[in-house]
Order: sequence, then C-alpha cells, then structure tokens
Amino acid sequence: MTSTVEAGRLEVAALRKQFPLLQQLSHGKRLIYLDSAASSQRPRAVLDAMDHYYETTHANVHRGVYAIAEEATRQFEMARRATGRFINAPRPDVEIVFTKNATEALNLVAHSYGRHLLPKGKAILLTELEHHANIVPWLMLAAESGAELRYIPVGEDYRLDLSELDRLIDGVGLVGVSCMSNVLGTVIDLGPVVEAAHAVGAVVVADGSQLVPQRGVDVSALGVDFLAFTGHKMLGPTGIGVLWGREDLLERMPPFLGGGEMIRDVRLDGFVPNDLPWKFEAGTPPIAEAIGLHAAIGFLESVGMEKIAAHEIGLTARAIELLTDRHGDDLQIFGPTDDLTARGGVLSFGFRDLHAHDLAQVLDAEGICIRAGHHCAKPLMRRLGVTATARASFYVYNGEDDIAALSDALDVAAAFFG
Amino acid sequence: MAGLEDLYREIILDHYRSPRNRGELPVPPAHRVEGFNPLCGDEVVVYLEVNDGTLTDLRIAGQGCSISQSSASMMSATVKGRPVEEARKLIRSFKAMMSIREQSLGGEEEAEEADARGEAEIMRPEDLGELAALQGVVKFPVRIKCATLSWNALAQGLDEIAAGVPSSD
Ligand SMILES: Cc1ncc(COP(=O)(O)O)c(C=O)c1O
Repeated sequence: MTSTVEAGRLEVAALRKQFPLLQQLSHGKRLIYLDSAASSQRPRAVLDAMDHYYETTHANVHRGVYAIAEEATRQFEMARRATGRFINAPRPDVEIVFTKNATEALNLVAHSYGRHLLPKGKAILLTELEHHANIVPWLMLAAESGAELRYIPVGEDYRLDLSELDRLIDGVGLVGVSCMSNVLGTVIDLGPVVEAAHAVGAVVVADGSQLVPQRGVDVSALGVDFLAFTGHKMLGPTGIGVLWGREDLLERMPPFLGGGEMIRDVRLDGFVPNDLPWKFEAGTPPIAEAIGLHAAIGFLESVGMEKIAAHEIGLTARAIELLTDRHGDDLQIFGPTDDLTARGGVLSFGFRDLHAHDLAQVLDAEGICIRAGHHCAKPLMRRLGVTATARASFYVYNGEDDIAALSDALDVAAAFFG
Repeated sequence: MAGLEDLYREIILDHYRSPRNRGELPVPPAHRVEGFNPLCGDEVVVYLEVNDGTLTDLRIAGQGCSISQSSASMMSATVKGRPVEEARKLIRSFKAMMSIREQSLGGEEEAEEADARGEAEIMRPEDLGELAALQGVVKFPVRIKCATLSWNALAQGLDEIAAGVPSSD
C-alpha cells in the first residue's frame, strides 16, 4: 500500500501554484478546497486556452468558410478527438457527443435509446448508490413507458451487493451504473455487472462523472455501451459534458434535441438528421468549453493519470488514518475503509452529533470548503439512515497539509458547539 | 464578511441544545404537515391543533441542522397559544425578516411600506422578541431555507386547516 503511495507522489505545491483560485484567502486564511467531487478548480492553462480562443479565433463552428471559423471548427473537433482518445474510444471522431454536462448526457441516452430502442416490457436495472442524474431520467422514462425499475442494493460494506444479480438481471434491457460513488467513494467493480447485462442482451450506461477525473476510464476495456462524464469535475470548465456511446448504438438512436447543426436537410414537412456525432449536438455547441476541456485533458495527461490515481488513494488513506487516529469515536466514516485501492478520494463522514451543515459552516470560517448535504443521492442517504453527511474530496492540488487542517478544524467545531 | 457569531447567537444554540415543544400529537384531532429542505435533505414535521381560532397546541418532530431546529423551536414557543391571525402575522413578519434585500438586511423596509399603506401587518425585527436573533441568517443566503423551513410548514398547515384539507400521514 505505502509503496504505491510513494511511487505516485505528486508535486502538490508546484501543482497548486497553477490554480489561480487557490491562491486567495478565505476569511483571512489559506483557502483549502476539499469539494472537487462537486466541482474541481481549473488551472491557468485551461483559463488561458479559453481566453486565447475567444481573443483570436472565436466564430461559430461548422458554418463559416472564413479563416477564423475554419480554425474554430478545427479546434472544436480536435477537442473531440482528444476527449475520445482520453477514454480510449474506438472512434473518437464519431462516438464522442458534447453535451452541457453529465446530466444531459444521461438524459440523452434515456430519451434516444430508452424511449426508442429499449424493447417494450424490458426492465431497467440501476443501483442504490446512483446520483440523481442517473435515477431521475429513468424514473421519467418509466413513468411514460411503464418499464419496471430495479435496484442493485448497497451492502453493509458500502459496496454493491451482487448476490442477487442473477435474479435482478432477468428481463432487463438496460443497466445504469455509476463507476464510482460520489458519496461513499466506492469504486464499482463493473466487470460482473457488464457480463451479466450482456448475457441477457442489455446495454450498460456507465456514469463516469467521479471516476474519469480520478483514474481515467478505458471504455474499450470496461466493456460498457455508454459512458457519461462532466468537464467541470476534471479541471475543465462548466457547461460541457461528454457522452461516449458505441457507434452502432448511436447510429440507430434518433436525435435528442432538434434545431440547427443536427440536420442534414430540412423541408417544411420533415428533416434528415445529420451524421454522428453532430446528430446529437443541436444548436451552437459549447465551443470554448470544449477547447477548455481539451486543455484540461492535456493537463491531466501531463501530470499522469496513474500518478493521480495513486495520489488519490494515498491521500484518502492518510485522511482515514489521521482522522480516525485523532477523532476516534467522534468520527463515523460512510464508505469502505479496508481495501483503499477500490476507493476514490471522496470521504463522507459524520462528526459527533453535529449536523453536516453546521460542521461545514464552522469549517468555512477556517477557510475550508467541504460539502454538506445529501449529495444528490437521496435514495442512498435513506439506505445509510441519514439525511445528510459531510464530505471532503481530494484532487491534484490537495496535500497532507489540507488533511491536517481539516482535522484541526474538526476540533474547532467540537469546541464551538460544546 | 459575516462571522460565525452573526449566525450562531447564544440563544440559537440554546434552542438547538434544548428544543421546546419537541414531539408529536395524535392525528386527528391534530393536523400534521411536513416540510423538506431540498438543499440539505432536512425534514421537519409540524403538528398543530386549532380550536376556536386559536393555535392551542403545537409540536415539532423531524431532523435538521441547528438553524432549522432552533428556528422551529423558537417558532413553537412564540406561536403556541396565540390566535391564528396573530400566528399568520408572525409568519409574514418572520419571512420578511428572512428575505434578502440589497440595502438593509432585515424586515424594516417592508415594515415601513406596510406602515405607509396604513397596515400594521408586518412586525419589525425588534418587535419579534428572541426571533430577532435569527436575523443574522440573512447574511448566509444558503441557510435562509433552513430558518424558514418550519415556518413554511406552519403556514401550509394553517392554510390546510382553513381550507378543510385533510392532514398528511
Ligand atoms: C456520480 C455523479 N453523476 C452525475 C453528476 C452530475 O454532474 P453534472 O451536474 O455536471 O451533470 C455528478 C455530479 O454531481 C456525480 O457526482
């Protein structure tokens, strides 16, 4: 365990300097950002790439024939290819669809696949630990189509309980599953789920919002059929998400939103949809955001995804060790604490009988940003028997100093509320 | 920048540590309403009993942060035993105090406007007794919903009773 951590050590201080936002003070103290699972910060390189685009080459894409429009189109399509390569997509140029965020990517699948290609009478299988973004679109679909929704439960060990998978998968046409829980940190072993799904002819929609930023994902190795993720959690800008889908599936799916860009021809009585991937990109796309995402991917690759993964594992191990050491029974961790390699840098916890909101408020006064609430996973909260948890999450710019500060701040909170 | 002491006044922490009127009432005769805070998942349940136009009894159940719990506790202590019309006036006044304004942070402007219209429908924060301690919450906009959670549930309950809507269960 320790050896991986040593081998993957990041130059946190040098990395942190590249994030302008992290240079400021909050309430007169060093700003300590422990909420990257909600949204990460972005390095200077990403901000510069977007500024440079707006200052030199902004024009609408796929329309103008003048030089800057050509250049904007080229940069936009380059971003698509880089994004596809990042997840090892077989056909980056046609299989990567840019959306507004992961939520929109999942809604796209629920609409264009769920409403049109999911065979009538087939059930939809989700898990109890999904983010609302991977539950509500399916609830909406089920309300219309009458499809049955089932859930893989979460066990006492904070992992998916697959013991009933054979029974649950019977009659299923689509499986929606997160690659990593944004509450528990659990990295899901997708292998058995994908295998069971494919054995009954079901497609697998994976939510990579948390795992892609921390470990990267290889869609070819994972064997899933769709993958959704979101730019702002991986050092990129807000306003851009990604849907990867297998070409043959995307090809058969009808468009999601209608408008410009997604058509080949329009007549007064009908339209012919455009080719992939533009068929799914109605209207002016997030051009600067795609370019920003490209820069973010470049940044992540230059740091190295393997190093980042090891850093997350090491930092989480350190956090669990230090916090349990110093706060003992005052601390309750929601998430696996044994095999830390199967766990990402997201730590949900309860502290004494303090409400997460109150805890987060006191931590804020110490310059520390953590998340408090249900983390858009209310079914999971009910399963855990709580209404809210506090959550600290770590990324490339976090170091052991941040964890020590978190621990100190917990003492302050304990003293404050007596 | 607003500090913690603006938010967590001693009286708020006191109500949080020893909440008043905590519990449930048998339904019926009592009326039960739930309030949810979508932000943090907090849930409050208000039980109220109205007899001859008076809020004769009131209990608070559910769970939440110190702000939502203490606000509910203070609310119960303030409105219990009062005529329904007075309770409604307190609700309006409290919500006015909790709304964000660009200039003054409090219910004064609304009170002045109401005075100008010749209505004394809204009380000023200084006339709200210990409830005024919650004024500081306005400086923490995310927490306003915590403070108003139980008040909205109470308002809903009074409306339901007036309209003869059956209690939730
Ligand atoms: C696991 C998971 N899925 C989906 C989302 C939704 O991401 P976005 O809000 O960018 O669509 C999030 C982010 O909160 C998440 O953590």
